[in-house]
Formats: sequence, structure tokens, C-alpha cells
Amino acid sequence: MRFLRSTSFGLVALFSCINTPLHAQPTEQNTVKISGAFEFSSIDPSRSGFIFTRMQVLETLLNVDEKGNLQPGLAKSWEILDDGKRWRLTLRDGVVFHNDTPVTPAAVVNSLTIALNKPGALQGVPVEDIVAVDDHTVDITLASPYQPLGAVLANYASSILAPESYGADGVATQLIGTGPFSTYEVNTPHRLVVEKFPQYWGQTAAVEYVRYLTGHRAEARVLQARSGQADIVFGLDPAAVPTLKRLPTLTVIRSDLPRTLVVKVNASHPDMDTVEARQALSLALNRRGIAAAVLRAPDAATAQILPAYMGDWHIADTNIEQDLEQAKALLHAQGWQENSDGWLEKDGKRFEIDMITYADRPELTSVATAIQDQWRQLGVKLNVSITNSSAIPAGHADNSLETALMARNYGTIADPLGILLKDLAGEKGGDWGAMNWDNQSVKTSLTDLLSESDADAYRQKAQTIAQAIYDERPLIPVASYVQQTAVTKKLDGFRFDPYERSYFLNELSWVK
Amino acid sequence: MRALLLKRLLQLVAVSWGVGTLTFILMRSLPGDMAYRIAASRYGMDAVDNRAADLVREELGLNQSAWTAYWQWFTDLISWNLGTSMVSGEPVVSQLWHMLGHSVVLAVAGIVLSMIIALPLGLASAFKGGWLERALLAISTTLRAVPVFVIGLLAVIMFALEWNLFPVAGFGTPAHLVLPALTLALSLAAISNRVVHTEARRVFGSAFFEFARMKGLSPRQAFMRHGARNIAVPVVAFLGIQLITVVEGVVMIESLFSWPGIGHGLAHAIFARDIPLIQGAALMMGILFVVMNTLVDIACYYLDPRGGQLA
Repeated sequence: MRFLRSTSFGLVALFSCINTPLHAQPTEQNTVKISGAFEFSSIDPSRSGFIFTRMQVLETLLNVDEKGNLQPGLAKSWEILDDGKRWRLTLRDGVVFHNDTPVTPAAVVNSLTIALNKPGALQGVPVEDIVAVDDHTVDITLASPYQPLGAVLANYASSILAPESYGADGVATQLIGTGPFSTYEVNTPHRLVVEKFPQYWGQTAAVEYVRYLTGHRAEARVLQARSGQADIVFGLDPAAVPTLKRLPTLTVIRSDLPRTLVVKVNASHPDMDTVEARQALSLALNRRGIAAAVLRAPDAATAQILPAYMGDWHIADTNIEQDLEQAKALLHAQGWQENSDGWLEKDGKRFEIDMITYADRPELTSVATAIQDQWRQLGVKLNVSITNSSAIPAGHADNSLETALMARNYGTIADPLGILLKDLAGEKGGDWGAMNWDNQSVKTSLTDLLSESDADAYRQKAQTIAQAIYDERPLIPVASYVQQTAVTKKLDGFRFDPYERSYFLNELSWVK
Repeated sequence: MRALLLKRLLQLVAVSWGVGTLTFILMRSLPGDMAYRIAASRYGMDAVDNRAADLVREELGLNQSAWTAYWQWFTDLISWNLGTSMVSGEPVVSQLWHMLGHSVVLAVAGIVLSMIIALPLGLASAFKGGWLERALLAISTTLRAVPVFVIGLLAVIMFALEWNLFPVAGFGTPAHLVLPALTLALSLAAISNRVVHTEARRVFGSAFFEFARMKGLSPRQAFMRHGARNIAVPVVAFLGIQLITVVEGVVMIESLFSWPGIGHGLAHAIFARDIPLIQGAALMMGILFVVMNTLVDIACYYLDPRGGQLA
């Protein structure tokens, strides 16, 4: 009997020990739950760094505000020297990594040197050397001036990790960053749990834990928002927004993104090698209809690749209205005539082009079929095929691409010049930009902007480039993207970063 | 028994080689440049360009001939090295264990739950007949006709939204398993209750069962002594096949409930042309198929040893 009693006590005591956490653990009450569409395949910043900067585990030397202006990050200040060929960055004092080791210039040089050798924002930047000057300063020397370097340094691929994070081959094996949160659980590709880092140099977090869960299907994410099982849900299906707005527990926030639906055109294709032909294709688009029916945001229709808040690159006077008559007139003037089936024909050959798009973003297929119908009204036969997104750069490389519908993010580097250089200034354009568009003055102006320090002169040149893109239509924009986010009213302090660099989790607090 | 195991071991080797080789040939035959596909999955669609594709091609040696790549895979396979994922860089084995573990848990839970639903309903409809049989036939046909995705959404709306009993999506706790397992179980039970029903009808109408009743056994005694085993043999064989297809093919359920299983992982790997992961997954499924078939054969032999020696 005594044996049984003591054994029972022992078991109870053991059970209590097992169930009493030695450290705090994430629970439903102390964890902010986020649901988003994107998986993360790796912990390496070059591959899936976006999720780790958004969850504020990793940080960059510089930040950007909502208008794209550079802000201090791990570097408290920066100077541009030697006519733009040298950037000197002074590191913030007292910053430590999540393993409590200090952030030193050597660690910064190590991270940037590794990033330089991987695909990402730093690719294409004419970096000659990255060196530690003293205990607080890092110099980046360039072969030629590169004005958007600050924005490139704010990209997730340029995150600063502790040297211990990297394996021998330069691939990150653990995430030791500097952000207000450190990793608690990394379960690729679906779940990431981060915990508050009390030694953070800036505003420490008010919430203990944050969990990101990939919700592949938009329907499931909406249900998570409705049920209250996710506190912040990104990428809501536009069709579900009116219902969610009626719920007393949620706030739905609409934000403009620098991502645009664009038709990439092979400007050397015999049917589209004139400005008039491309203008006609653009005029035949019913952008408002597409924006209203597919994106559920009629005001998202646009004829420019960059949004209005990138003011230097946005021109005031553009036409987004459909005008089939003018479009037909332009093509008739080019020698195209309707045949008995209603298709345009020239020299016995039908105006027939192929378009590729990809299913990663479900709206693309709907928009592609809408364009197919709208161009049919013009008399242009469009053959749409759905493939993988990588078919676009591959088709650009081997010249097989005719047109492609894509959702281009012009905000991966916060200064659009960086993206525009990649998209327009290459020998035959860019993988995700123009294709065989022969406008040397635009290429020259873009290159000139790399060393332009005068704000007025910069704006003037940027406006000229934006006007040339609008006039000559090497890319035909359709609509800009709108992000709909559901946020529980139990949380205060949410704000959305249009460049999607950060979820600003350290500014969140529970409503008391 | 030893003969059976030896035979199945040889089958296992043949299946491993055959599945791996076929997967290799099929993936190599797909149109499009592998380097671009892999780069898009690694770095995201916004970062993939010619330079990224070139770096991937160089790093992974994609320029090597198909024979060299095949030989490399074959020699690695002999040393039980499935390589590393081209996308994540992690060992294929660890990724497979992670995914397969979740898939097996979901599949077993789904099958067990489906049998808890299907067995009593199938037996009752065979025993009672009449309106119960017609009603169950109508429900089974409807559930089978509706995509599993719709069943899942209805389950979420009912159990997660209206009654707030279970999580909508995710993994890690037993509560997360309930709705995906229930969705799977309803979809499976729609067929398996009909299999049980048909077999039970066959047994209940057979001469030996009638004789058992005539010699004075109660319905329960007759069922337990002469019915259960006879019904069980085809049902167990059917369950074995169902388990394999479930482990392989619950992509929609895994996507809807954010469940990190092998079906969803394999679909992503195919989009990404992550050949080592696809080969590894196909190999594991082939092995699973042979192992499950062997277990089903052994189970059926012990349920009904009249078939003779196991071989």
C-alpha cells in the first residue's frame, strides 16, 4: 500500500514537472498568428529572406519608408564619396546578434560578400570591394556610380547575419540576425514561429511570439480570418472582402502595392514591331473592366508600370480608357484588314500571337482570357498558354516569347531605378521587362541616372523615361495590385509596408 | 513466409530501380529549361533571371549529360544516398521523412476514422436493407461525386466557423488533425461502406451462413463465427490499396488544411523540377506500395488460410 502511494505521488510529481514549462512557450494567448500565401523553401536569405525580414528576424543596413526614401537601419548613417563610387556606412552602436555577439564591420562584410555571390538584388551592382574601415565603418567601392545601391542594401538578400549562421559553402544553416524577434521554430516550408528578442537595439516588441503559417488556398485564409484563428491574414481573396468587412471582429485594410499586371511584348515580332501596333493592342484593353471584375478594385486600372506614389516615375496625363475604333484605325493604317471571319489579316497572314502566363497567381489566367477576348474584338487572335513563371525569362533568352502576362513587382528594390535598369537597359531589354525594344535614349538616360545626384535633374530624366515607356508600349500595363489584409481588432499598431519588407511586428500590441 | 519475404524483397529492388529510372526519364523529357524552373522555386519568381539560371546550372551541374546524371543517381542509390533537394539544399531523406511522416499520420487517421464510419454503416445497410440502404447509397454517391475540397470546406465551415471546435488549418497538435482526417474519412467511407455492404450481402446470402443460422446460432454468433472473417478478407485488401492511394493523393486536403504532407510536397517538387526530391518521393511510394501489399497478403492469409502457403 505504502509502495503504491509513494509511486502515485512520484508519478504525480513527475507529471507536474513534465507539464510545467521551464521557459515560456508560444500559446494561443501570447502568439500573434499570421496567415499568408507564400511558402519559404529554405532559411538562406538569398532564397527565402523575404519571410525573415518581414517577420523581423533579419535586418538590413538601410531601410526604406513607405515612399521609398532611404532610412537608417543597422547603419546609422551613410555617405556617398568619390563621385558616387564609394558608399561609406557607419554602423549603429550597441547592436547585438541573437547570439549576443556584437555586430561588427567584419560581420557586415562577411554577409554582403556572401550575398554578392548569389542571385539576388546585389547581382548586377558594379561592386569592386567591400571592406571594414574601422570598428564602426564599412566601405563599399563601386566600379561606377550606382545610385540605387541604398535601396539594394535594403533588400532582404542583403540581410546581415552573424558569421556563425553560414555553412562552409556560404549557405545559411541557422538564422542569427539582429531583429526584434529571433527564431523559435522554423518548419520549412509552412510554419515559422518567432519570439521577442529583449536585447533589440530599437523598439522592443510588446508581443511575445508571432507565428506565420502558409495558407496555400485563399479560401482557407479567409476562413482563418473569419474564425479568428489567424490575427493577421494577408492576400485576401477580393471576392471575400465585403463579407469580412461586415464582421465586428476584423478590420480590412486596403493597400496599394508596387506590383503591376503587365503584358510583356516582343517588340521585334513582325506583327508588333511598330509603336502603332503596340498602341493599338493597348487601346483595345478594357482595363477598368479587368480591374473591377478580376481584381475587384476598379481604380486599380492603370496604363503605367509604376504607381502614383513613385512620383518621379509617374506621369500625369495618360489614357486608360478602351478605344476600339482608334485601335482598329491604327492597325488599318498599318495595312491590316478584317477577313471574312473578322480576324485582321495582312499579306494573307492572320494577326495571331501567343501569350504565356503562369498559375502562381490565380488572377493571371482570368486576366489573360479577358485580354484574349478583348483583342478578339480588335481582330487579333491570341493563343494563351499557362505555364511556369520561369518560361518568361527562358523565352526572353531564346527569343521564342511573343507576349507574356506577368505580375511584376517593381518594389523588390525600393528605388525603381534598380528594377528598371534590369528590365529595360539590357542589350535586348530585360528578362521581366522590355524585349527587343530599340530605344537607345531610354537606355542611356537610365544609365545616366545612376550617377545623377541632383533631384530635379533626376526627376526630369525619370519623367522622360516614363513618357517613352507610355508612348512606345514595350510593356503594356493593365492594372496595379491591391493588397487586402484582415487584422483582428484585438491588435493595435498594425501598419502595412507597401514594399513588403517588414510586418512591423514590434509595433503591435494587444488591446487591453 | 520466408519465400514470400524473399520474393517481395526482390520485387522491392526491381520497383526501386524501375520507379527511379522512369521518374528520371519522365522528368528529363519535360519541355522547358530545368535551370529556370529550379531558380524560380529557389529565389522566387521576381528574382529569377538568366543570371540566376546560369548560376543554378553551374552549381548543380545541369549541363552534364543525362547518362552521367543517371549514373550519379544510380551509384548514390546503391549507397542509399538520395541526394539533396535542388531547391532547398536539404537532404532529400530528411525532407521525405518530414513529409511522409505527416502523410502517414493523416492517412492512418483518415482510414481508421473511415472504417469507424463505414463498417457499422455498411453492415447495417446489408443487414437491414430497405430505406437505410437506399439512403446510404444516395449519401455515398453524393460524397463521392463532390470534390474532396468541397467536403473539406463544408467541414471547416461547420466545425471551425460555426462551432469553433477545431482549427481551420495548420499542424502540430492533435486538434489540427481532426478536420483533414474527417474530410479524408468521409471521402473514403463513401466507397468503403459500399465494399463492406457488398461483401456482407454476399456472406449473409451464402449457404454456409444460412446453415449456421439453421443449426441454431444467434445472428450475432453466426456473424462472429462465420461472417466477420469472410467479410474481412476483401475489405482488408481494399483498405491496403486505399491507404496507398491516400498517402499519394491527398494533395487537395493537404493544401486546404496547410498540412505538410508528401502529396503537396511532391506537387511542388514537380513544378520546381526538383528531380532528386521527385525521385526520392516516387521511390518511397514504390517501396511503401510493395510493403503494404506484403502486409495485406500476410493479413489476408491469417484471416483466411485456406488459400494455401504464403508465396
